Amino acid sequence: MLQRLPAATLNKTGAFSAAHASPLRTAQRFGSQARFASSSTASPNPFQSLVYSRATLASATLLATGSIAWYTHLYGNLPFIGEVHASSPGEVGLHPAAYPWSHKGWLDSFDHASIRRGFTVYKEVCAACHSLDRIAWRNLVGVSHTADEVKVMAEEVEYTDGPNDQGEMFQRPGKLSDYLPRPYPNDEAARASNQGALPPDLSLIIKARHGGADYLFSLLTGYVDPPAGVEVREGMNYNPYFPGGAISMPRVLFDDLVEYDDGTPATTSQMAKDLTTFLSWAAEPEHDERKKIGIKAVILFSTLTALSIYVKRFKWAVIKNRKIVYNPPADKTH
Amino acid sequence: MSLSTTFYNTFVKRNSVYVTSIFAGAFAFGIGFDVGVSKLWDSWNRGKQWKDIRHNYVQGAGEDEVVHKGP
Repeated sequence: MLQRLPAATLNKTGAFSAAHASPLRTAQRFGSQARFASSSTASPNPFQSLVYSRATLASATLLATGSIAWYTHLYGNLPFIGEVHASSPGEVGLHPAAYPWSHKGWLDSFDHASIRRGFTVYKEVCAACHSLDRIAWRNLVGVSHTADEVKVMAEEVEYTDGPNDQGEMFQRPGKLSDYLPRPYPNDEAARASNQGALPPDLSLIIKARHGGADYLFSLLTGYVDPPAGVEVREGMNYNPYFPGGAISMPRVLFDDLVEYDDGTPATTSQMAKDLTTFLSWAAEPEHDERKKIGIKAVILFSTLTALSIYVKRFKWAVIKNRKIVYNPPADKTH
Repeated sequence: MSLSTTFYNTFVKRNSVYVTSIFAGAFAFGIGFDVGVSKLWDSWNRGKQWKDIRHNYVQGAGEDEVVHKGP
């Protein structure tokens, strides 16, 4: 259709019509150009043919759409089109940086020494307010501690058991099968002790928060003074990574707060990293085995896929290569 | 005698041999594949797994210590 217009209109219609040029139409143009090739006038000068060529049109379109797409990818909205949001970006929390976790890669297992250190941090710092309901003592055995170590730790905690043959509940030292003790008997007690804020259970916190491990690490290490103009209520603390910016939990990790039994210096970021690794394990204890099975599955299934493709091509080779010849019957009337 | 003929005469000719060799082959491949992938996994994650750091924490001789696998 384009070639019926005077050449100058192409300047005006520009990128818009180019964006709508479909392959079908391009094909039509090829055909019609070939048909009218003999009837066209003298060839235009080389500059014009360069400017009006389909390649120029296509590359200009590609450049335009590409740069718009790139801008949108970078900044999240279309260029020159303003957007109004009901909330400011600060209200959904600062986006955490991506950290190179030791278990991040496809083949990487957890760093179990880090899990062990992280449990130390949880036990000595976090466990004062946060429960870890879905982890039993026995889960630590063979992951971060030996059975003997875990038994000793469990026995330090009193659990209510029963009823006994008098029908009464009784206290007994913990066993491997007991779950980690809760700091508060119930959520209401937890709220009452924390100015109305409920410290969430940490068993699945890595899965339960947007950004996962990166978010948790950023949150633990991200406490700063509120910027000018931001007011934080009494009893709240400012943390840019927390949605809304005001978090009830104060900064808890300070250098040398705990002492690691492997001699690692307990800096704030080291403790945050170890704790995050520990909680990643708590949220996903099957992680190591899952990745190991994943390797096997990828190897086996890719082999089987290659095999089936080969067999298909082998079986179809006869059909794909056959040649159908029509021999008309000989005319016997003459 | 070509290789395929040898193969046919050794494994395929008698059905009992054929089925047995398939089952034995599957069993051997299963074990070999598991061992191979475990070796790859262990060498990739050297020093990170519990079995690599366990010796630091086992007290005493630890001969009667039961080695627990993961949860």
